Amino acid sequence: MENNKSNIDMELETPVVGQVKSRKRELLRLLKENKLAFIGLIIFVIFFITALLGLLLTSGKEPVFDPSMVRLQEKLLPPLASPHLESLRPHEVPKTGVYVFGTDDLGRDVFARMLQGAWVSLTVGFVAVGIAVLVGLFMGGIAGYFGQKYIGLDHIIVVLLFSTGATLSLTGKSFTGFIVIVIDLAFVFSLALIRWKSRKSRYFKWLDLLRKKTLSIDTLIMRVVDIMLCFPSFFLILTVVALLPASIYNIMIVIGLTSWMGTTRFVRAEFLSLREQDFVTAARALGVNDYRIIFRHMIPNAIAPVLVSATIGIATAILTEAGLSFLGFGVPPPNATWGNILSDGKRFIFDAPWLTFIPGFAILLVVLSFNLFGEGLRDIMNPKLRERH
Amino acid sequence: MGILADVRLFMIKKPEKVEIENCTMISTSPLSNQDILRVEGLKKYFPVRRGFFQNVIGWIKAVDGVELSIGRHKTLGLVGESGCGKSTIGQLILKLIDPDGGRIMYRDKEITRLSQGEIKPLRKEMQIIFQDPFGSLNPRMTVGQSIDEGLRVLHMKGHNERSERVEELMQMVGISPGAADRYPHEFSGGQRQRIGIARALSVEPSLIICDEPVSALDVSIRSQIINLLKELQDSLGLSYLFISHDLTVVGYISDSIAVMYLGQIMEYGPAGVLYDNPLHPYTVALLSAIPEPDPDDRRELKALKGEVPSPFNPPPGCKFQGRCPFVEKRCREEDVAFYQVGDGHAVRCWKVAGG
Repeated sequence: MENNKSNIDMELETPVVGQVKSRKRELLRLLKENKLAFIGLIIFVIFFITALLGLLLTSGKEPVFDPSMVRLQEKLLPPLASPHLESLRPHEVPKTGVYVFGTDDLGRDVFARMLQGAWVSLTVGFVAVGIAVLVGLFMGGIAGYFGQKYIGLDHIIVVLLFSTGATLSLTGKSFTGFIVIVIDLAFVFSLALIRWKSRKSRYFKWLDLLRKKTLSIDTLIMRVVDIMLCFPSFFLILTVVALLPASIYNIMIVIGLTSWMGTTRFVRAEFLSLREQDFVTAARALGVNDYRIIFRHMIPNAIAPVLVSATIGIATAILTEAGLSFLGFGVPPPNATWGNILSDGKRFIFDAPWLTFIPGFAILLVVLSFNLFGEGLRDIMNPKLRERH
Repeated sequence: MGILADVRLFMIKKPEKVEIENCTMISTSPLSNQDILRVEGLKKYFPVRRGFFQNVIGWIKAVDGVELSIGRHKTLGLVGESGCGKSTIGQLILKLIDPDGGRIMYRDKEITRLSQGEIKPLRKEMQIIFQDPFGSLNPRMTVGQSIDEGLRVLHMKGHNERSERVEELMQMVGISPGAADRYPHEFSGGQRQRIGIARALSVEPSLIICDEPVSALDVSIRSQIINLLKELQDSLGLSYLFISHDLTVVGYISDSIAVMYLGQIMEYGPAGVLYDNPLHPYTVALLSAIPEPDPDDRRELKALKGEVPSPFNPPPGCKFQGRCPFVEKRCREEDVAFYQVGDGHAVRCWKVAGG
């Protein structure tokens, strides 16, 4: 016993050198060393603040910068041009004193419009990616954690009946739809009753046919992902947006719902490997339930690559929104976005090049900064790619 | 050791054959109140699927009719090569995977068919320690949280009592309680293994499955962990199922030893008896492979030829036929029974048992 104790003490005294730094501080240090990622982060922070300020300064009844104020006599002024004070009413004079980014063909202040567009770009980027990450986490989590479970024939019948009923009731034939849903519920109920009452009875032997395993949940979800990836996503979004009423929220949702596949694959792969880890087995041996295992053990360990792909996804979403607005499918006027400023400006590209170059450069800068930051984050979080110190 | 040296004459004095059931079933010891866990005819077959429709084309018999019993406050060593099904047995006993046949009895209560909900009260009775100290702790949780988790999910104590208990547990395994707020990457392998032990002990189990707990550690730390396990066994009255491929370690800690090959127990007996008088050719080969510290005491190394064959659709007859130096026609045709050859000593080989 005594001998033992001294052994234990001996090992305790073995110092753990150089590992006392906290994880966050370590990440920050690595980020600072990765110059490009750090620049990306700084641009991102500036963009974030600009967008927030833009929202505050361009909204409300009497905004500081009114992006929709038309001054026809002041049209197509170059950047930093002074307004003609004699022809303007006092409230029409821009608060900055000069037109920082010039004016467009209706004499609207491009600076104000850029500020408003920044907020649109930011929200589109974050909400769309937020939707994509949530859907991806959910689908990937199910595929990775419960994927080995099989879907029976009865499940398919129940889901088919229910969706038929729901579609019918939503498209006007509400009574027929209601009947179908009632039949569906009756089917579920009677199946459960038969199984509970007479499991072994040979009269219900044929019911085993309904339990026939068709395909695993994993196969189902991942094949849906493959199918979704087959569509060229920009044209899919174009089609859907053309059918839906033009609104910023529809665009966010559509972009989000067409870009969750990458996250799903990431999360599934991470979950598959984490599920076999010993700490998950230990948690199961302690009687931890699935919910807690997923949220306490799996997601915190699986989230890093998801965040990296999300950062790059934000850039893609901003670009997609700009592209949609450029093609005229985006946010309806008079709301300004970088895409429709660019689109409006292209008619005057020789007379007023700033109308295309300013939003174009802003998109380039923000997308580039997100990409750089995302790539840097991936390097930092992947210890194998890290340089040795 | 050297308790039963005279049994070495087994080739001359043939032991009595005791066959309880036709092929696999035999009790290694009669069911007594002394046993905390008994496993009878345990089977786990993993399906092998191929093709577009994932048809089952065969089975991997990871565990194929295993009998075990672990005495109260005793240690059973389970030895075997990689891939012979040792760890699967551990997971089956913990009901982390469902067996395909056989019975698992815990304190005379059958737990084989219990659902995950029904097994929950028993979770605090059986715990597991893992081989890899780096994979067995969640890197995103502090070690305090890891140790605390079992108490939390089993609602065992209030908040303050729980943190007291965590400190007590850390002290028990020899980690300073102040380190509870640290993350696993700040600890060495041996320290992490201690934390893993503390986590297993948190719910006050009676039986701990040690799944190769020292195989990944340095030799110096290995002995510390082994001594810690022994000390905890004495003070807390634990029973261990000690899974390992290292016969020296198993011989040191175990009261009895089961040697496993391709999903079956090949030989079972008290540690001393098995070491001094190994009967099965496989056990003999394993024991002769232990490095001898004394250079003058050289023994003949009976190295086995070949590797463990794939457990996928093995041929009928003795599982060891492919590598056994004494293989005969009968070995390839008949399934081999488990023969009782001495007090608590049993072997799955008709040749040495004289069947």
